[in-house]
Amino acid sequence: MTLIAFWVFSGIAIGSAFLCITRRSPVASALWLVNTLFSLAAIYVLLDAHFIAAAQVLVYAGAIMVLFLFVIMLLNLGRAEPSDLKGAWGRVVAGVAGLVLAGELIVLRLAVPPGELVLPPGTVAGTVAARGAVRAVAQPLFQSYLVPFEITSLLLLAAIVGAVVLAKRRL
Amino acid sequence: MTPVSGAAFVWISLIKILVVFSGLLTLIAFWTWVERRGAAWIQNRLGPNRVGPEGLFQPVADGLKNFIKEETLPPFSDRFLFVLAPMMAFTPALITFAVVPFASPLPTPWGLVNSAIADLPIGFLFILAISSLGVYGVVLAGWSSNNKYSLLGGLRGSAQMISYEVSMGLAAVAVLVLSGNITMNEIVARQQQSLWFVLPLFVAFMTFLIASFAETNRLPFDLPEAEAELIAGYHTEYSSMKFAMFYIAEYSNMVTASALLVTLFLGGWDIPFTAWDNTPPWTVLKFVATFAAFWAKVLFFMFGYVWVRWTLPRFRYDQLMDLGWKVLLPVALAYVMVVAVAVWALEALGVAFGVPYALALTAVSAVLGALLIWGLDHNRVIGGSASRQRARWRADAARAKGAA
Repeated sequence: MTLIAFWVFSGIAIGSAFLCITRRSPVASALWLVNTLFSLAAIYVLLDAHFIAAAQVLVYAGAIMVLFLFVIMLLNLGRAEPSDLKGAWGRVVAGVAGLVLAGELIVLRLAVPPGELVLPPGTVAGTVAARGAVRAVAQPLFQSYLVPFEITSLLLLAAIVGAVVLAKRRL
Repeated sequence: MTPVSGAAFVWISLIKILVVFSGLLTLIAFWTWVERRGAAWIQNRLGPNRVGPEGLFQPVADGLKNFIKEETLPPFSDRFLFVLAPMMAFTPALITFAVVPFASPLPTPWGLVNSAIADLPIGFLFILAISSLGVYGVVLAGWSSNNKYSLLGGLRGSAQMISYEVSMGLAAVAVLVLSGNITMNEIVARQQQSLWFVLPLFVAFMTFLIASFAETNRLPFDLPEAEAELIAGYHTEYSSMKFAMFYIAEYSNMVTASALLVTLFLGGWDIPFTAWDNTPPWTVLKFVATFAAFWAKVLFFMFGYVWVRWTLPRFRYDQLMDLGWKVLLPVALAYVMVVAVAVWALEALGVAFGVPYALALTAVSAVLGALLIWGLDHNRVIGGSASRQRARWRADAARAKGAA
Protein backbone atom coordinates (compact mmCIF):
# COMPACT_ATOMS: atom_id res chain seq x y z
CA MET A 1 0.00 0.00 0.00
CA THR A 2 2.75 2.41 1.03
CA LEU A 3 4.81 1.28 -1.95
CA ILE A 4 1.95 1.97 -4.39
CA ALA A 5 1.46 5.42 -2.85
CA PHE A 6 5.19 6.08 -3.15
CA TRP A 7 5.30 5.20 -6.87
CA VAL A 8 2.17 7.22 -7.61
CA PHE A 9 3.45 10.34 -5.87
CA SER A 10 7.01 10.07 -7.18
CA GLY A 11 5.57 9.60 -10.68
CA ILE A 12 3.47 12.73 -10.27
CA ALA A 13 6.46 14.63 -8.87
CA ILE A 14 8.76 13.72 -11.76
CA GLY A 15 6.06 14.25 -14.39
CA SER A 16 5.17 17.67 -13.02
CA ALA A 17 8.83 18.66 -12.72
CA PHE A 18 9.28 17.76 -16.37
CA LEU A 19 6.20 19.75 -17.38
CA CYS A 20 7.41 22.64 -15.21
CA ILE A 21 10.61 23.05 -17.23
CA THR A 22 9.03 22.46 -20.64
CA ARG A 23 5.97 24.76 -20.47
CA ARG A 24 6.27 28.05 -22.33
CA SER A 25 3.84 30.03 -20.16
CA PRO A 26 5.41 31.11 -16.83
CA VAL A 27 2.11 30.71 -14.99
CA ALA A 28 1.70 27.09 -16.13
CA SER A 29 5.32 26.42 -15.18
CA ALA A 30 4.80 27.81 -11.68
CA LEU A 31 1.66 25.73 -11.22
CA TRP A 32 3.40 22.52 -12.24
CA LEU A 33 6.11 23.37 -9.72
CA VAL A 34 3.42 23.68 -7.05
CA ASN A 35 2.22 20.24 -8.05
CA THR A 36 5.76 18.86 -7.69
CA LEU A 37 6.14 20.40 -4.25
CA PHE A 38 2.80 18.96 -3.21
CA SER A 39 3.66 15.41 -4.23
CA LEU A 40 7.02 15.78 -2.45
CA ALA A 41 5.04 16.64 0.69
CA ALA A 42 3.04 13.44 0.21
CA ILE A 43 6.31 11.47 0.02
CA TYR A 44 7.46 13.11 3.27
CA VAL A 45 4.26 11.90 4.91
CA LEU A 46 5.01 8.36 3.69
CA LEU A 47 8.38 8.72 5.47
CA ASP A 48 6.53 9.66 8.71
CA ALA A 49 7.99 13.18 8.46
CA HIS A 50 4.64 14.88 9.04
CA PHE A 51 6.11 18.15 10.22
CA ILE A 52 8.40 18.51 7.21
CA ALA A 53 5.45 17.75 4.93
CA ALA A 54 3.31 20.44 6.53
CA ALA A 55 6.18 22.93 6.42
CA GLN A 56 6.76 22.08 2.76
CA VAL A 57 3.16 22.83 1.81
CA LEU A 58 2.89 25.85 4.10
CA VAL A 59 6.14 27.55 3.12
CA TYR A 60 6.79 26.50 -0.46
CA ALA A 61 3.40 25.77 -2.01
CA GLY A 62 1.45 28.20 0.15
CA ALA A 63 3.72 31.22 0.40
CA ILE A 64 6.75 31.22 -1.90
CA MET A 65 4.95 30.00 -5.01
CA VAL A 66 2.13 32.47 -4.40
CA LEU A 67 4.75 35.21 -4.38
CA PHE A 68 6.18 33.84 -7.63
CA LEU A 69 2.72 33.92 -9.21
CA PHE A 70 2.21 37.40 -7.80
CA VAL A 71 5.37 38.65 -9.50
CA ILE A 72 4.53 36.88 -12.77
CA MET A 73 1.08 38.45 -12.77
CA LEU A 74 2.41 41.87 -11.80
CA LEU A 75 4.90 41.89 -14.67
CA ASN A 76 2.23 40.28 -16.86
CA LEU A 77 4.55 37.66 -18.31
CA GLY A 78 1.50 35.85 -19.61
CA ARG A 79 2.49 35.51 -23.26
CA ALA A 80 5.08 32.99 -24.36
CA GLU A 81 8.51 34.50 -24.91
CA PRO A 82 11.52 33.18 -26.79
CA SER A 83 13.52 30.61 -24.89
CA ASP A 84 16.34 31.73 -22.58
CA LEU A 85 18.50 28.86 -23.76
CA LYS A 86 20.40 30.50 -26.62
CA GLY A 87 23.01 29.06 -28.88
CA ALA A 88 24.91 25.76 -28.91
CA TRP A 89 26.96 26.59 -25.80
CA GLY A 90 23.96 26.90 -23.54
CA ARG A 91 22.68 23.52 -24.67
CA VAL A 92 26.09 21.86 -24.20
CA VAL A 93 26.49 23.24 -20.66
CA ALA A 94 22.93 22.20 -19.75
CA GLY A 95 23.49 18.71 -21.14
CA VAL A 96 26.78 18.28 -19.24
CA ALA A 97 25.20 19.49 -15.98
CA GLY A 98 22.32 17.06 -16.47
CA LEU A 99 24.70 14.15 -17.10
CA VAL A 100 26.73 15.01 -13.97
CA LEU A 101 23.54 15.08 -11.91
CA ALA A 102 22.38 11.72 -13.31
CA GLY A 103 25.81 10.24 -12.50
CA GLU A 104 25.64 11.52 -8.94
CA LEU A 105 22.19 10.00 -8.47
CA ILE A 106 23.35 6.62 -9.77
CA VAL A 107 26.40 6.67 -7.44
CA LEU A 108 24.17 7.58 -4.50
CA ARG A 109 21.77 4.74 -5.34
CA LEU A 110 24.59 2.20 -5.51
CA ALA A 111 26.37 3.38 -2.34
CA VAL A 112 25.71 1.53 0.92
CA PRO A 113 24.78 4.00 3.69
CA PRO A 114 27.07 3.84 6.77
CA GLY A 115 25.68 1.75 9.62
CA GLU A 116 25.14 4.58 12.12
CA LEU A 117 22.87 6.44 9.67
CA VAL A 118 20.53 3.48 9.19
CA LEU A 119 17.71 3.43 11.76
CA PRO A 120 15.83 0.23 12.51
CA PRO A 121 12.42 0.25 10.78
CA GLY A 122 9.68 2.02 12.70
CA THR A 123 12.01 4.32 14.68
CA VAL A 124 10.66 7.54 13.20
CA ALA A 125 7.03 6.44 13.57
CA GLY A 126 7.76 5.48 17.18
CA THR A 127 9.37 8.84 17.96
CA VAL A 128 6.45 10.73 16.43
CA ALA A 129 3.95 8.65 18.40
CA ALA A 130 5.89 9.06 21.66
CA ARG A 131 6.94 12.70 21.52
CA GLY A 132 4.68 14.39 18.97
CA ALA A 133 5.51 15.33 15.39
CA VAL A 134 6.92 18.77 16.21
CA ARG A 135 8.97 17.91 19.27
CA ALA A 136 10.83 15.24 17.33
CA VAL A 137 12.13 18.01 15.03
CA ALA A 138 12.29 20.89 17.51
CA GLN A 139 14.35 19.24 20.22
CA PRO A 140 17.45 18.49 18.12
CA LEU A 141 17.02 21.78 16.25
CA PHE A 142 17.01 23.98 19.36
CA GLN A 143 19.43 21.91 21.48
CA SER A 144 22.04 19.98 19.52
CA TYR A 145 22.02 22.20 16.43
CA LEU A 146 21.21 25.58 17.95
CA VAL A 147 24.31 27.37 16.64
CA PRO A 148 23.90 26.30 12.99
CA PHE A 149 20.23 27.22 13.27
CA GLU A 150 21.03 30.73 14.51
CA ILE A 151 23.68 31.19 11.83
CA THR A 152 21.13 30.25 9.17
CA SER A 153 18.77 32.88 10.55
CA LEU A 154 21.59 35.47 10.26
CA LEU A 155 22.02 34.45 6.63
CA LEU A 156 18.32 35.01 6.01
CA LEU A 157 18.49 38.38 7.76
CA ALA A 158 21.37 39.40 5.48
CA ALA A 159 19.32 38.33 2.46
CA ILE A 160 16.34 40.41 3.63
CA VAL A 161 18.50 43.48 4.23
CA GLY A 162 20.08 43.00 0.81
CA ALA A 163 16.68 42.76 -0.86
CA VAL A 164 15.46 45.93 0.84
CA VAL A 165 18.62 47.82 -0.13
CA LEU A 166 18.28 46.68 -3.74
CA ALA A 167 14.59 47.55 -3.91
CA LYS A 168 14.83 50.92 -2.16
CA ARG A 169 17.85 52.84 -3.40
CA ARG A 170 16.97 55.87 -1.29
CA LEU A 171 15.81 54.91 2.16
CA MET B 1 -12.85 1.25 25.04
CA THR B 2 -10.20 1.12 22.34
CA PRO B 3 -10.12 3.20 19.15
CA VAL B 4 -11.47 1.49 16.03
CA SER B 5 -8.97 -0.25 13.76
CA GLY B 6 -8.82 -2.44 10.67
CA ALA B 7 -11.63 -2.59 8.13
CA ALA B 8 -14.08 -0.89 10.51
CA PHE B 9 -11.75 2.14 10.55
CA VAL B 10 -11.96 2.51 6.76
CA TRP B 11 -15.77 2.22 6.72
CA ILE B 12 -16.26 4.56 9.66
CA SER B 13 -13.89 7.10 8.09
CA LEU B 14 -15.87 6.97 4.84
CA ILE B 15 -19.13 7.49 6.73
CA LYS B 16 -17.59 10.38 8.69
CA ILE B 17 -16.43 12.05 5.48
CA LEU B 18 -19.89 11.75 3.92
CA VAL B 19 -21.74 12.94 7.01
CA VAL B 20 -19.40 15.83 7.84
CA PHE B 21 -19.17 17.22 4.32
CA SER B 22 -22.87 16.95 3.55
CA GLY B 23 -23.52 18.57 6.93
CA LEU B 24 -21.04 21.34 6.12
CA LEU B 25 -22.58 22.01 2.71
CA THR B 26 -26.05 22.15 4.24
CA LEU B 27 -24.82 24.60 6.87
CA ILE B 28 -23.21 26.74 4.15
CA ALA B 29 -26.43 26.81 2.11
CA PHE B 30 -28.40 27.70 5.22
CA TRP B 31 -25.92 30.42 6.10
CA THR B 32 -26.39 32.23 2.79
CA TRP B 33 -30.00 32.62 3.93
CA VAL B 34 -28.90 33.77 7.42
CA GLU B 35 -26.54 36.29 5.85
CA ARG B 36 -29.25 37.77 3.61
CA ARG B 37 -31.93 37.82 6.30
CA GLY B 38 -29.40 39.13 8.84
CA ALA B 39 -28.32 41.88 6.47
CA ALA B 40 -31.95 42.78 5.88
CA TRP B 41 -32.63 42.85 9.61
CA ILE B 42 -29.63 45.10 10.27
CA GLN B 43 -30.63 47.41 7.41
CA ASN B 44 -34.27 47.49 8.48
CA ARG B 45 -35.76 45.72 5.47
CA LEU B 46 -37.23 42.25 4.88
CA GLY B 47 -34.83 40.19 2.81
CA PRO B 48 -35.75 36.94 1.00
CA ASN B 49 -38.94 35.68 2.69
CA ARG B 50 -40.99 34.19 -0.18
CA VAL B 51 -39.64 30.68 -0.80
CA GLY B 52 -40.83 28.44 2.02
CA PRO B 53 -41.40 29.53 5.63
CA GLU B 54 -39.48 32.77 6.30
CA GLY B 55 -37.69 32.22 2.97
CA LEU B 56 -35.88 29.18 4.36
CA PHE B 57 -35.83 27.37 1.00
CA GLN B 58 -34.21 30.34 -0.76
CA PRO B 59 -30.80 28.54 -0.90
CA VAL B 60 -32.45 25.61 -2.73
CA ALA B 61 -33.93 27.99 -5.28
CA ASP B 62 -30.58 29.77 -5.63
CA GLY B 63 -28.80 26.45 -6.12
CA LEU B 64 -31.24 25.39 -8.81
CA LYS B 65 -30.93 28.76 -10.50
CA ASN B 66 -27.13 28.48 -10.50
CA PHE B 67 -27.28 25.00 -12.04
CA ILE B 68 -29.48 25.98 -14.97
CA LYS B 69 -28.00 29.41 -15.67
CA GLU B 70 -25.95 30.02 -18.79
CA GLU B 71 -22.28 29.33 -18.32
CA THR B 72 -20.02 32.03 -19.72
CA LEU B 73 -16.47 31.50 -20.92
CA PRO B 74 -14.74 34.76 -21.85
CA PRO B 75 -13.10 34.44 -25.30
CA PHE B 76 -9.58 35.61 -24.38
CA SER B 77 -9.31 33.80 -21.07
CA ASP B 78 -6.96 30.96 -20.30
CA ARG B 79 -9.53 28.13 -20.63
CA PHE B 80 -7.85 25.52 -18.46
CA LEU B 81 -6.98 27.81 -15.55
CA PHE B 82 -10.36 29.53 -15.79
CA VAL B 83 -12.10 26.20 -15.11
CA LEU B 84 -9.48 25.09 -12.59
CA ALA B 85 -9.66 28.22 -10.41
CA PRO B 86 -13.09 27.65 -8.77
CA MET B 87 -12.04 24.10 -7.90
CA MET B 88 -8.79 25.37 -6.39
CA ALA B 89 -10.80 27.76 -4.21
CA PHE B 90 -13.41 25.16 -3.28
CA THR B 91 -11.31 22.10 -2.39
CA PRO B 92 -8.87 23.47 0.25
CA ALA B 93 -11.72 25.36 1.88
CA LEU B 94 -13.65 22.14 2.48
CA ILE B 95 -10.66 19.89 3.31
CA THR B 96 -9.40 22.02 6.21
CA PHE B 97 -12.35 21.08 8.38
CA ALA B 98 -11.21 17.44 8.37
CA VAL B 99 -8.93 17.75 11.42
CA VAL B 100 -11.27 19.73 13.67
CA PRO B 101 -12.77 17.63 16.51
CA PHE B 102 -16.36 18.86 16.88
CA ALA B 103 -17.56 16.68 19.79
CA SER B 104 -16.31 14.22 22.38
CA PRO B 105 -15.45 10.72 21.09
CA LEU B 106 -18.46 8.59 20.18
CA PRO B 107 -18.66 5.00 21.50
CA THR B 108 -19.78 2.48 18.85
CA PRO B 109 -19.89 -1.33 18.85
CA TRP B 110 -16.57 -1.30 16.91
CA GLY B 111 -14.72 0.95 19.37
CA LEU B 112 -14.28 4.60 20.20
CA VAL B 113 -14.71 6.94 17.22
CA ASN B 114 -12.89 10.28 17.22
CA SER B 115 -15.13 13.08 16.04
CA ALA B 116 -12.51 14.63 13.75
CA ILE B 117 -12.32 12.90 10.35
CA ALA B 118 -8.53 12.59 10.63
CA ASP B 119 -6.73 13.04 13.94
CA LEU B 120 -3.38 13.97 12.37
CA PRO B 121 -0.20 14.25 14.48
CA ILE B 122 0.37 17.71 12.94
CA GLY B 123 -3.27 18.80 13.45
CA PHE B 124 -3.09 22.55 13.45
CA LEU B 125 -0.22 22.81 10.95
CA PHE B 126 -2.34 20.86 8.46
CA ILE B 127 -4.99 23.56 8.65
CA LEU B 128 -2.45 26.34 8.15
CA ALA B 129 -0.85 24.47 5.23
CA ILE B 130 -4.04 23.62 3.37
CA SER B 131 -5.75 26.95 3.97
CA SER B 132 -2.67 28.71 2.56
CA LEU B 133 -3.48 26.94 -0.73
CA GLY B 134 -6.88 28.64 -0.93
CA VAL B 135 -5.22 31.76 -2.30
CA TYR B 136 -4.52 29.95 -5.60
CA GLY B 137 -8.21 29.97 -6.43
CA VAL B 138 -8.35 33.76 -6.07
CA VAL B 139 -5.08 34.38 -7.90
CA LEU B 140 -5.80 32.06 -10.82
CA ALA B 141 -9.35 33.30 -11.22
CA GLY B 142 -8.06 36.86 -11.34
CA TRP B 143 -5.32 36.11 -13.82
CA SER B 144 -7.07 33.68 -16.18
CA SER B 145 -10.13 35.91 -16.69
CA ASN B 146 -8.00 38.33 -18.74
CA ASN B 147 -9.85 41.27 -17.27
CA LYS B 148 -8.08 44.11 -15.52
CA TYR B 149 -10.53 44.29 -12.62
CA SER B 150 -10.24 40.56 -12.06
CA LEU B 151 -6.47 40.80 -12.17
CA LEU B 152 -6.47 43.62 -9.61
CA GLY B 153 -8.72 41.52 -7.38
CA GLY B 154 -6.41 38.54 -7.72
CA LEU B 155 -3.32 40.61 -6.92
CA ARG B 156 -4.97 42.16 -3.89
CA GLY B 157 -6.15 38.74 -2.73
CA SER B 158 -2.71 37.16 -2.92
CA ALA B 159 -0.95 40.06 -1.16
CA GLN B 160 -3.60 40.29 1.54
CA MET B 161 -3.76 36.58 2.28
CA ILE B 162 0.02 36.18 2.48
CA SER B 163 0.32 39.21 4.77
CA TYR B 164 -2.32 38.13 7.25
CA GLU B 165 -1.28 34.49 7.24
CA VAL B 166 1.89 35.58 9.05
CA SER B 167 0.11 37.29 11.94
CA MET B 168 -2.42 34.46 12.06
CA GLY B 169 0.35 31.89 12.40
CA LEU B 170 2.17 33.94 15.04
CA ALA B 171 -1.02 34.38 17.07
CA ALA B 172 -1.48 30.61 16.94
CA VAL B 173 2.12 30.10 18.15
CA ALA B 174 1.09 31.57 21.51
CA VAL B 175 -1.62 28.90 21.75
CA LEU B 176 0.86 26.18 20.82
CA VAL B 177 3.33 27.42 23.48
CA LEU B 178 0.64 27.06 26.10
CA SER B 179 -0.75 23.73 24.91
CA GLY B 180 2.67 22.16 24.29
CA ASN B 181 1.34 20.12 21.37
CA ILE B 182 -0.22 20.74 17.99
CA THR B 183 -2.84 18.03 17.73
CA MET B 184 -6.31 19.53 17.96
CA ASN B 185 -7.46 17.04 20.62
CA GLU B 186 -4.52 17.98 22.84
CA ILE B 187 -5.26 21.71 22.50
CA VAL B 188 -8.86 21.07 23.57
CA ALA B 189 -7.74 18.84 26.46
CA ARG B 190 -5.35 21.50 27.80
CA GLN B 191 -8.15 24.06 27.82
CA GLN B 192 -10.35 21.63 29.73
CA GLN B 193 -7.61 21.32 32.36
CA SER B 194 -7.34 25.10 32.82
CA LEU B 195 -9.31 28.00 31.33
CA TRP B 196 -10.37 28.63 27.77
CA PHE B 197 -7.37 30.23 26.09
CA VAL B 198 -9.37 33.33 25.17
CA LEU B 199 -8.64 34.61 28.70
CA PRO B 200 -4.93 33.77 29.19
CA LEU B 201 -4.18 34.62 25.53
CA PHE B 202 -6.52 37.53 24.94
CA VAL B 203 -4.18 39.50 22.67
CA ALA B 204 -3.50 36.43 20.52
CA PHE B 205 -7.25 35.88 20.26
CA MET B 206 -7.82 39.44 19.00
CA THR B 207 -4.96 39.15 16.48
CA PHE B 208 -6.27 35.80 15.27
CA LEU B 209 -9.82 37.11 14.99
CA ILE B 210 -8.78 40.12 12.88
CA ALA B 211 -6.47 38.03 10.71
CA SER B 212 -9.19 35.44 10.13
CA PHE B 213 -11.47 38.15 8.74
CA ALA B 214 -8.73 39.07 6.27
CA GLU B 215 -8.01 35.43 5.41
CA THR B 216 -11.63 34.73 4.55
CA ASN B 217 -11.84 37.93 2.44
CA ARG B 218 -14.84 39.15 4.40
CA LEU B 219 -15.73 42.75 5.08
CA PRO B 220 -14.07 44.96 6.32
CA PHE B 221 -11.24 43.28 4.37
CA ASP B 222 -13.05 42.18 1.19
CA LEU B 223 -10.63 44.14 -1.02
CA PRO B 224 -10.26 41.29 -3.58
CA GLU B 225 -13.89 41.70 -4.61
CA ALA B 226 -14.70 45.27 -3.49
CA GLU B 227 -17.85 45.85 -5.58
CA ALA B 228 -17.52 49.61 -5.54
CA GLU B 229 -14.06 49.54 -7.14
CA LEU B 230 -13.63 46.25 -9.02
CA ILE B 231 -17.15 45.22 -10.15
CA ALA B 232 -16.86 41.86 -8.37
CA GLY B 233 -13.09 41.48 -8.26
CA TYR B 234 -11.58 38.10 -9.06
CA HIS B 235 -14.89 36.41 -9.90
CA THR B 236 -16.26 39.13 -12.20
CA GLU B 237 -16.20 36.85 -15.26
CA TYR B 238 -17.72 33.81 -13.59
CA SER B 239 -21.33 32.74 -13.84
CA SER B 240 -23.64 29.89 -12.81
CA MET B 241 -22.15 27.04 -10.73
CA LYS B 242 -18.54 28.23 -11.09
CA PHE B 243 -19.54 31.48 -9.44
CA ALA B 244 -21.43 29.55 -6.77
CA MET B 245 -18.30 27.53 -6.02
CA PHE B 246 -16.47 30.72 -5.05
CA TYR B 247 -19.34 31.52 -2.72
CA ILE B 248 -19.30 28.04 -1.20
CA ALA B 249 -15.52 28.43 -0.71
CA GLU B 250 -16.01 31.76 1.05
CA TYR B 251 -18.65 30.36 3.40
CA SER B 252 -16.75 27.18 4.14
CA ASN B 253 -13.70 29.31 4.93
CA MET B 254 -15.95 31.13 7.37
CA VAL B 255 -17.00 27.84 8.98
CA THR B 256 -13.40 26.68 9.24
CA ALA B 257 -12.15 29.99 10.63
CA SER B 258 -14.95 30.01 13.23
CA ALA B 259 -14.26 26.38 14.13
CA LEU B 260 -10.56 27.22 14.51
CA LEU B 261 -11.29 30.20 16.73
CA VAL B 262 -13.49 27.97 18.86
CA THR B 263 -10.98 25.12 19.04
CA LEU B 264 -7.95 27.28 19.77
CA PHE B 265 -9.48 29.87 22.08
CA LEU B 266 -12.94 28.80 23.26
CA GLY B 267 -12.27 25.27 24.42
CA GLY B 268 -13.48 23.40 21.32
CA TRP B 269 -16.27 21.05 22.33
CA ASP B 270 -15.82 21.79 26.05
CA ILE B 271 -18.96 22.68 28.01
CA PRO B 272 -18.07 25.48 30.44
CA PHE B 273 -18.35 25.25 34.27
CA THR B 274 -18.52 21.47 34.39
CA ALA B 275 -16.01 18.64 34.17
CA TRP B 276 -18.73 16.10 33.39
CA ASP B 277 -18.02 16.22 29.64
CA ASN B 278 -14.21 15.93 29.90
CA THR B 279 -13.70 12.54 31.44
CA PRO B 280 -13.67 9.09 29.89
CA PRO B 281 -16.71 6.98 30.25
CA TRP B 282 -17.78 8.38 26.85
CA THR B 283 -21.48 8.10 26.15
CA VAL B 284 -23.76 9.05 23.29
CA LEU B 285 -25.33 11.69 25.54
CA LYS B 286 -21.94 13.37 26.08
CA PHE B 287 -21.36 13.26 22.32
CA VAL B 288 -24.66 15.02 21.64
CA ALA B 289 -24.14 17.61 24.39
CA THR B 290 -20.59 18.52 23.37
CA PHE B 291 -21.67 18.55 19.72
CA ALA B 292 -24.31 21.13 20.57
CA ALA B 293 -21.81 23.17 22.63
CA PHE B 294 -19.28 23.24 19.80
CA TRP B 295 -21.76 24.29 17.13
CA ALA B 296 -23.34 26.90 19.37
CA LYS B 297 -19.92 28.56 19.67
CA VAL B 298 -19.18 28.21 15.96
CA LEU B 299 -22.53 29.67 14.94
CA PHE B 300 -21.90 32.59 17.31
CA PHE B 301 -18.72 33.48 15.41
CA MET B 302 -20.40 32.88 12.06
CA PHE B 303 -23.11 35.30 13.04
CA GLY B 304 -20.32 37.65 14.08
CA TYR B 305 -19.06 37.57 10.48
CA VAL B 306 -22.47 38.71 9.23
CA TRP B 307 -22.76 41.30 11.95
CA VAL B 308 -19.32 42.83 11.31
CA ARG B 309 -20.01 42.88 7.59
CA TRP B 310 -22.87 45.35 8.04
CA THR B 311 -21.18 47.31 10.83
CA LEU B 312 -17.72 48.26 9.60
CA PRO B 313 -16.92 50.02 6.31
CA ARG B 314 -14.33 48.60 3.91
CA PHE B 315 -10.68 49.44 4.54
CA ARG B 316 -8.57 51.25 1.96
CA TYR B 317 -5.83 49.06 0.53
CA ASP B 318 -2.91 50.90 2.17
CA GLN B 319 -4.74 50.88 5.50
CA LEU B 320 -5.16 47.14 5.16
CA MET B 321 -1.44 46.63 4.55
CA ASP B 322 -0.49 49.03 7.37
CA LEU B 323 -2.75 47.18 9.79
CA GLY B 324 -1.30 43.83 8.77
CA TRP B 325 2.40 44.63 8.74
CA LYS B 326 2.78 47.59 11.11
CA VAL B 327 0.26 46.69 13.81
CA LEU B 328 -0.78 43.02 13.85
CA LEU B 329 2.60 41.51 13.01
CA PRO B 330 4.66 43.38 15.68
CA VAL B 331 1.90 42.86 18.24
CA ALA B 332 1.70 39.12 17.55
CA LEU B 333 5.50 38.78 17.57
CA ALA B 334 5.94 40.70 20.83
CA TYR B 335 3.08 38.78 22.39
CA VAL B 336 4.68 35.42 21.57
CA MET B 337 7.81 36.62 23.38
CA VAL B 338 5.78 37.77 26.40
CA VAL B 339 3.87 34.49 26.58
CA ALA B 340 7.07 32.47 26.26
CA VAL B 341 8.74 34.45 29.07
CA ALA B 342 5.64 34.18 31.26
CA VAL B 343 5.40 30.42 30.70
CA TRP B 344 9.10 30.08 31.47
CA ALA B 345 8.75 32.13 34.65
CA LEU B 346 5.72 30.14 35.80
CA GLU B 347 7.55 26.89 35.19
CA ALA B 348 10.63 28.20 37.02
CA LEU B 349 8.37 29.06 39.96
CA GLY B 350 7.04 25.51 39.87
CA VAL B 351 3.39 26.37 39.17
CA ALA B 352 1.63 23.30 37.80
CA PHE B 353 -0.51 23.70 34.67
CA GLY B 354 -4.05 24.36 35.79
CA VAL B 355 -6.47 27.12 36.71
CA PRO B 356 -4.03 29.29 38.81
CA TYR B 357 -1.44 29.03 36.01
CA ALA B 358 -4.02 30.25 33.48
CA LEU B 359 -5.18 33.02 35.82
CA ALA B 360 -1.61 34.34 36.14
CA LEU B 361 -1.39 34.50 32.34
CA THR B 362 -4.82 36.12 32.23
CA ALA B 363 -3.54 38.93 34.46
CA VAL B 364 -0.57 39.50 32.12
CA SER B 365 -2.84 39.47 29.06
CA ALA B 366 -5.39 41.80 30.66
CA VAL B 367 -2.71 44.44 31.30
CA LEU B 368 -1.25 44.04 27.80
CA GLY B 369 -4.65 44.02 26.15
CA ALA B 370 -5.76 47.17 27.96
CA LEU B 371 -2.50 48.94 27.04
CA LEU B 372 -2.83 47.84 23.43
CA ILE B 373 -6.42 48.98 23.07
CA TRP B 374 -5.58 52.30 24.73
CA GLY B 375 -2.53 52.74 22.49
CA LEU B 376 -4.30 51.93 19.23
CA ASP B 377 -7.39 53.92 20.08
CA HIS B 378 -6.66 57.50 19.05
CA ASN B 379 -9.95 58.58 20.49
CA ARG B 380 -8.49 57.13 23.69
CA VAL B 381 -11.46 55.38 25.24
CA ILE B 382 -13.15 53.76 22.24
CA GLY B 383 -15.80 55.97 20.67
CA GLY B 384 -16.88 56.74 17.15
CA SER B 385 -17.94 59.96 15.48
CA ALA B 386 -20.93 60.23 17.81
CA SER B 387 -18.70 60.58 20.87
CA ARG B 388 -16.65 63.31 19.17
CA GLN B 389 -19.85 65.07 18.22
CA ARG B 390 -21.06 64.89 21.79
CA ALA B 391 -17.79 66.42 23.04
CA ARG B 392 -18.20 69.24 20.50
CA TRP B 393 -21.77 69.91 21.63
CA ARG B 394 -20.65 70.04 25.21
CA ALA B 395 -17.88 72.48 24.36
CA ASP B 396 -20.34 74.64 22.36
CA ALA B 397 -22.83 74.61 25.24
CA ALA B 398 -20.13 75.61 27.73
CA ARG B 399 -19.00 78.45 25.45
CA ALA B 400 -22.60 79.66 24.99
CA LYS B 401 -23.08 79.67 28.73
CA GLY B 402 -19.82 81.63 29.18
CA ALA B 403 -20.93 84.24 26.60
CA ALA B 404 -24.31 84.64 28.27
